Amino acid sequence: MATKNLLQAIHEGLAEEMRSDESVMVLGEDVGRAGGVFRVTQGLQEEFGEARVLDTPLAESLIVGSAIGLSANGMRPVAEIQFGDFITPAFDQIVNEAAKFYYRSNGAWNCPITIRAPYGAVHGGGLYHSQSIEAWFSNTPGLKVVAPTFPADAKAMIKSAIRDPNPVLFLEHKRTYRLIKEDVPDDNPEVPIGEARVHREGADITVVAYGLMLYTALEVADKLLEEQGLETEVVEPRTLYPLDKETILESARKTGKFLVVSEANLTGSVSAEIAAVVAREAFEWLDAPVMRLGSPDVPAAAFARPMMDHFVPSAEKIEAAMLELAAY
Amino acid sequence: MAIGETRAHHEALGLDEDDLRRLYYHMLVARRVDERSWILNRQGKAAFVISCQGQEAAQVGAAYNLRPGYDYLYPYYRDSGMTLLLGQTPRGQFLSILGRAEDPNSGGRQMPGHFSDRGLNIVTTSAPVGVQYPQATGTALAFKMRGEDGVALVCGGEASTSGGDWHEAMNFAGIHDLPVVFLIENNVYSISTPAPAQVAGAIARRAEGFGFPGYEVDGNDVLAVYEVAREAFERARRGEGPTLIEAKTYRITAHSSDDDDRRYREREEIEEWRLKDPIVRFEKYLLENGVLDEAGRDEIDERIKAEVAEASAYAEKAPFAEPESVLTGVYAEA
Repeated sequence: MATKNLLQAIHEGLAEEMRSDESVMVLGEDVGRAGGVFRVTQGLQEEFGEARVLDTPLAESLIVGSAIGLSANGMRPVAEIQFGDFITPAFDQIVNEAAKFYYRSNGAWNCPITIRAPYGAVHGGGLYHSQSIEAWFSNTPGLKVVAPTFPADAKAMIKSAIRDPNPVLFLEHKRTYRLIKEDVPDDNPEVPIGEARVHREGADITVVAYGLMLYTALEVADKLLEEQGLETEVVEPRTLYPLDKETILESARKTGKFLVVSEANLTGSVSAEIAAVVAREAFEWLDAPVMRLGSPDVPAAAFARPMMDHFVPSAEKIEAAMLELAAY
Repeated sequence: MAIGETRAHHEALGLDEDDLRRLYYHMLVARRVDERSWILNRQGKAAFVISCQGQEAAQVGAAYNLRPGYDYLYPYYRDSGMTLLLGQTPRGQFLSILGRAEDPNSGGRQMPGHFSDRGLNIVTTSAPVGVQYPQATGTALAFKMRGEDGVALVCGGEASTSGGDWHEAMNFAGIHDLPVVFLIENNVYSISTPAPAQVAGAIARRAEGFGFPGYEVDGNDVLAVYEVAREAFERARRGEGPTLIEAKTYRITAHSSDDDDRRYREREEIEEWRLKDPIVRFEKYLLENGVLDEAGRDEIDERIKAEVAEASAYAEKAPFAEPESVLTGVYAEA
């Protein structure tokens, strides 16, 4: 057993899949010798060669489009989009092509591709290396959107994504790449796509979060337990589309007080969908209005550090929201 | 190359008389299916028709080089001449046009012309123009990675070369010498916009900039298209890389059954092109070279018309899919 950060865990998951299945390959910008701008694919080209770890031209539609064509001819490609902000040229290939292959061919053609994309605000990232892109894709039937936060989950879920017969968008929060470390056992259990995780149990309030916000919410939950005896149940969706509604609803019904936190712009977010589900299906169990905390509806995220810090929901804001909910 | 007379050279191409009759049969099947589709539309039975008419030589001539079920085809919405040649049937085409459950492309989920056939390696197609090009390069890359001699044929109209996907795919194919054949069926119109307002320079010559050969060919001459495509397929199979073919042809019908082309082109222009009809032209070649006589030609046409009538009647009686089935089949099961 070894302690891994998120980057290392995803790397390991990729490498193991490539070792066990010759059809698995990686393609993207600078993924080869450089190992990707975040080093997730470092060393893979050395081990698996230039063909299976392919440096592509700087053309996102081509990266995803060629991955689709590879999958139609027996391969299991993992396409890396260097920053989620740059995924937009590939939008057509993801939403109109990969996601609809199976449905539109009446089940004849499926599209087993994985698209990895780092997302989320990071200091120095500015307006085009910071966005939370999950809402753009989380109302596309045929596509699966996952965003694991912890290393062991991420390693297991990159494997699930690669093995899935459908296209999977695999989102990685940049600020958690090196922030979160944990033991990732060799016999790391599988994590199927579509299952949420309850990180800590609690009777008083529920907080649903993912990415950096999950990490922050867990810290705040520890603090409020210690300082005020507040028992917070923290649930991580892990898969954003389709949602594990049952696990989320079970927690909402148990505590009767529900808050969902994400870094995305609030309006039309995945949080909005989660809140709507809870408001409708846990209504009779609720003791407080369903609450949401997200980034304001301005572009993510300004370059200057104080501006960015003002934009992203902070631990203080999360704590205030949790206390407001608890006091209801 | 100007649209000229068909040259008498099938033997030099290694085509025997059976090949010629097969080429002719498939061009004519595509035409007759298409004509019948318009009748179904005007009768109010078919919601939408999109045609291959005028492009049959380019389609059948190029696709005759494919090994069905081994090589891959990424067609565009007019390529019924190709899909019928590979093994789809008139019955399937009418089932698709009428949106019936047995539609082989999509079970009634897609508009006509959105071909798909897993067994024949016809990759499912959509409506956004040009998306197929990057996909075809990926398929070609898979062949190359496994050391197989498969080829991907990918097709589109001249307007499909205007968007980024085409250029991205051409670049990628050139970088890796991928076994892909790009066939541009330049039919002069993208709905109403004529090629001079769509295309800068010459499409075929763009290949040079990407480091591989590009050919312009008389797209109404089935043997000329077959010849240049054969060279492209052989080059791909030898591992030497991609080829771009621009087949100069003409769209005889309106863009679709929802389009009125009187708004943007003269009747005289169409009549001029009808004289260059690729089927009439090939017929002339077959008659002159003694491959067919008039009775033989009529016999083929009658056979096709009967087959088309039967197929159309079958499709008209065929059931729709259960309405509730619209809710299923979104995700493949592991």
